[in-house]
Amino acid sequence: MDFRHILNSKKIILRVILGVLFTLTVCNTFAIQHENEPVEAKNAEQEAFNPTTAILEHIADSHYWHVGGELSFPLPIILFTDKGTEFFSGANFHHGHEAYQGKYYTYKLIEDKIRVVNAAGEVDKEASSHVYDFSITKNVLAMWLAGTILFIIFFTVAASYKKRKGKAPKGLQSFIEPVIMFVRDEIARPNIGYRYERYMPVLLTIFFFIWINNLLGLIPVFPGGANVTGNILLTFVMAFIVLLVVNFSANKYYWKHIFMPPVPVWLYPIMIPVELIGVISRPFALMIRLYANISAGHIIVLSLISLIFIFKTLWIAPVSIIFVLFMDVLELLVAFLQAFIFTMLTALFIGTAVEEHHH
Amino acid sequence: MEQLFEGLLNDHLGFVVWAAVAFIILLILLAKFAWKPIMAAISERERSIEDALLKAEAAKEEMARLTNENEQLLKEARAERDLILREARQLKDQIINEAKSAANVEGARMIENARLEINSLKAVAMSDVKNQVATLSVEIAEKILRKQFADQQAQDQLVADLLKEVKIK
Repeated sequence: MDFRHILNSKKIILRVILGVLFTLTVCNTFAIQHENEPVEAKNAEQEAFNPTTAILEHIADSHYWHVGGELSFPLPIILFTDKGTEFFSGANFHHGHEAYQGKYYTYKLIEDKIRVVNAAGEVDKEASSHVYDFSITKNVLAMWLAGTILFIIFFTVAASYKKRKGKAPKGLQSFIEPVIMFVRDEIARPNIGYRYERYMPVLLTIFFFIWINNLLGLIPVFPGGANVTGNILLTFVMAFIVLLVVNFSANKYYWKHIFMPPVPVWLYPIMIPVELIGVISRPFALMIRLYANISAGHIIVLSLISLIFIFKTLWIAPVSIIFVLFMDVLELLVAFLQAFIFTMLTALFIGTAVEEHHH
Repeated sequence: MEQLFEGLLNDHLGFVVWAAVAFIILLILLAKFAWKPIMAAISERERSIEDALLKAEAAKEEMARLTNENEQLLKEARAERDLILREARQLKDQIINEAKSAANVEGARMIENARLEINSLKAVAMSDVKNQVATLSVEIAEKILRKQFADQQAQDQLVADLLKEVKIK
């Protein structure tokens, strides 16, 4: 089906963007409202709405995918225990209210963490330490979704490159090509040098993976809503991959600089550990930077929405929505910027590792 | 501290493994099915564009060269034409002059011939006229003499006169 004419209309695009932003803010509001209603009702006497818990809950990974209102998808639970593998639906936990009698242990969801409980309902720490949670959580699913979207986009684009060989790009291809060229000409080439071609796949994958996840994270309802790039474990994995790529492509000059730095020999006991820390600290900084930036953006948006529940008045809503709208627009920029910075620094590290020294 | 790390691996190792697997599979799939053909196509197109630009530049130079050559040829042709025209004009003048002088000479010669002819004819005619005049004179004199001396007395008279004259002398 050909919907191109719809997307080509500038008015429609503008409306879609405004519409998305509007739903974004409104749905955020409702999502939090519904999420917290039971909590509020229950704790209405003792304590007021606690924004910290609500916000942290929202940016954390989960065994449920909250869609909106009371609706949420239970996700599959996979557990590797010392006795064998368990596989069952997360619906069995009833949002942590009930324990589930598995094949080997009885499990309960406590603060979204799976723990083994005994017959009395108390946490069995000994048994819990033998259970490894390999569940398909919200973030894992969101990652697969992002991967699928990326694969569909780039498979289509690659097909149109084959179809329109040697011709000017068209449609999606003409949107993607400048970005690819940007990664190549602004990130890879200036930082890595003439050997950039080998690293293009990893740089492009990192760039687009972070970007699409950042963007999906901005959508508060179902296809998005997961805070994948604001998850320090994911940024850890990506930074670790960067660490491996950088160090496995490093040449002798790089290692020589670490183990035989151009300083007096008596400084080696200080310099070598410093250099080794440098090897680790660079990807570490990547990990923290992406995680902190994206989480911060989510926290600000959620805090602004929380204002409505803190003040317990609808009159604050327009203020919140205006600020959230502003933040979302800013986050669109940050989504690109963080993808760019991560890729840029990766390219820079690869560049220092493969650089030839002629002195 | 122990509390902080308690259950860390149990809860999060799974996600790390899933994330790593997902990212690596994505990397491999995209590298094989997307980045390779896309980058190849882009660089191929860039090369062809560069090639086309170079060719266009070369064609432009060739064109300029040809135009230059044409102009040169044109200029030469024009010069040659001028030369030929000038030569032709010279030749024409020369021919006209030659013809003129030849005509003059021939005319003079013919006039001379005519004059000679005329002179010779005139002389012939004159001598003829002279002869006829002489003949006529003699005939007239003879006729007169014959008439005068027809009777004897006139002859005697004349002789007597003549004799008288001789005596005086």
